[in-house]
Amino acid sequence: MIATNGIPAFVNRGSFIELNGRERAQALFDEGSWRELVGPFDRVQSPWLPLQGVAPQADDGCIVIKGEIARKPAVAISLESAFQGGSIGEVSGAKMSVALDLAARDSAAGKLTAAILLLETGGVRLQEANLGLAAVAEVISSVLHLRQYAPVITVIAGTVGCFGGMALAAGVSSYVVMTREARLGLNGPEVIEQESGIEEFDSSDRGLIWAIHGGEQRVCMGLADALVEDRTDEIAARVHGYVAKGLPHVHRSQQVALYRDRIAALDASAQIDPLQLRQQWGSEKSNGET
Amino acid sequence: MSEHIGLRGQTWFAALTGRKEADPGDPKSVLSAEARIGQETGLFLCLTPNPESRFPCVRDGQVGLEEAYALAAHVRWAVKEDREKSKSQRRPFIAIVDVKSQAYGRREETAGIFLAAAAAADAYASARMAGHPIIALVVGHALSGGFLTHGYQANRILAFDDAGVMIHAMHKEAAARITRRSVADLERLGHEIIPMSYDVRDFAKLGLLYKLLHAEDPLHPTATEIEQVKQALAEAIEDARAGSTDLTDRFASTEAKAARKAGIAVRTLMEAQWQ
Repeated sequence: MIATNGIPAFVNRGSFIELNGRERAQALFDEGSWRELVGPFDRVQSPWLPLQGVAPQADDGCIVIKGEIARKPAVAISLESAFQGGSIGEVSGAKMSVALDLAARDSAAGKLTAAILLLETGGVRLQEANLGLAAVAEVISSVLHLRQYAPVITVIAGTVGCFGGMALAAGVSSYVVMTREARLGLNGPEVIEQESGIEEFDSSDRGLIWAIHGGEQRVCMGLADALVEDRTDEIAARVHGYVAKGLPHVHRSQQVALYRDRIAALDASAQIDPLQLRQQWGSEKSNGET
Repeated sequence: MSEHIGLRGQTWFAALTGRKEADPGDPKSVLSAEARIGQETGLFLCLTPNPESRFPCVRDGQVGLEEAYALAAHVRWAVKEDREKSKSQRRPFIAIVDVKSQAYGRREETAGIFLAAAAAADAYASARMAGHPIIALVVGHALSGGFLTHGYQANRILAFDDAGVMIHAMHKEAAARITRRSVADLERLGHEIIPMSYDVRDFAKLGLLYKLLHAEDPLHPTATEIEQVKQALAEAIEDARAGSTDLTDRFASTEAKAARKAGIAVRTLMEAQWQ
């Protein structure tokens, strides 16, 4: 495909993955409607990193943008994977949970405010260990609080993916949007190989990684909702659609009986074939869409 | 120390409920029982190692798929039962915590352990928001995804002031490997930088704990110590009922105001900028 001006179409597609965390969040909002909260000029940064000889960043790798999406109030919280792998520290975690809490406060008062989480993270920032883990617990709680009123939409575009405690935040979200490049799981391949051995998980086997954690697999097995191309317009349109749609009938993380039965039916005597699981689970709808 | 994981949990579950075995419908790793606490009946939940689990990566006491969904099912069942009661009449949940982290397994990742853990956290947090007091009693290890799944959504967290208690984002050996430090360096750093410490007394300085408890040997509690813990749990339940149903109480203590200054600053600033 060659466009008339001589530039191949894929170059002009408007990649979302190529955007940084701030640009990703901005790209979702109605033009001219947004502003950043507790931005880099407010200089709330990690007090713990400098004590360990690590340079902090003025936004702590977490960008909060408030504005309108499809003319409805919304807030986007975006993790910058280029800073400390998108890891959750005291400040970045607090930004997430406070923004969600304020959206919940407005929503409870009648001004429904959806939240979009742009998650590119390996999980807790180990230099802030226990405050990171505490912050993750608080983010999960805040997502669940807001979710009573307005949808929480998680977008995982890649290429870092969403791992560790923040995978639970994705798990309690109303909707999860993923590209093929994106990954979603509790433990990343390196961690499993390190903890359980290479025979359990060979972290150099890229085929295996994407067969298990990849966006296509997660969507096709019903653990995520929408598979999108790496195009800014397509991702923004999908987010608009979910903001307009509102809450699902039932959230995935509430469907305990369904998933408990599914786990009970698994043959655990050998490794589970991802493709087979996709066929088994994917044929049944699980997000209250029936 | 790791060979003791789960034993303390079993011990305290038995001491507080008089029960030892899992329900027939549950994996052997999930202990649940109703028992008196103060003037009411609470639901006690505890995870314990099941060396015969059909999932190999949970056999040392990690939280896996079956464990997380079983916890979620128990909590949801009790919440549903209490739905018609007034908020102050809804039963308390006591999560006895002695967990070695989440399962690091390929089976678990393939079948979406992230959702299982999310479902358990959802169940506990939803119960809390519905007015049930959720109390976590940390008797041993409370690590990483294991704690997020079981205990960390509690209104009030109690822990023994004991060297065998460890609350942390990742166990020492793995954290050392990933941050490219020696275990000794990591321990030294923990004394200087409180959130990195593996010592429960340092954890208490973060303001996340309601109370530190004492038992001479938490693996062999005396009758008096058991009574003291029951009393502390009853007080925590009462305190939780008087407090917030979200987690903002965790920022209220003197300790939190000192240790979590940056997080508190974020809240103040964002509230001011929000409108």
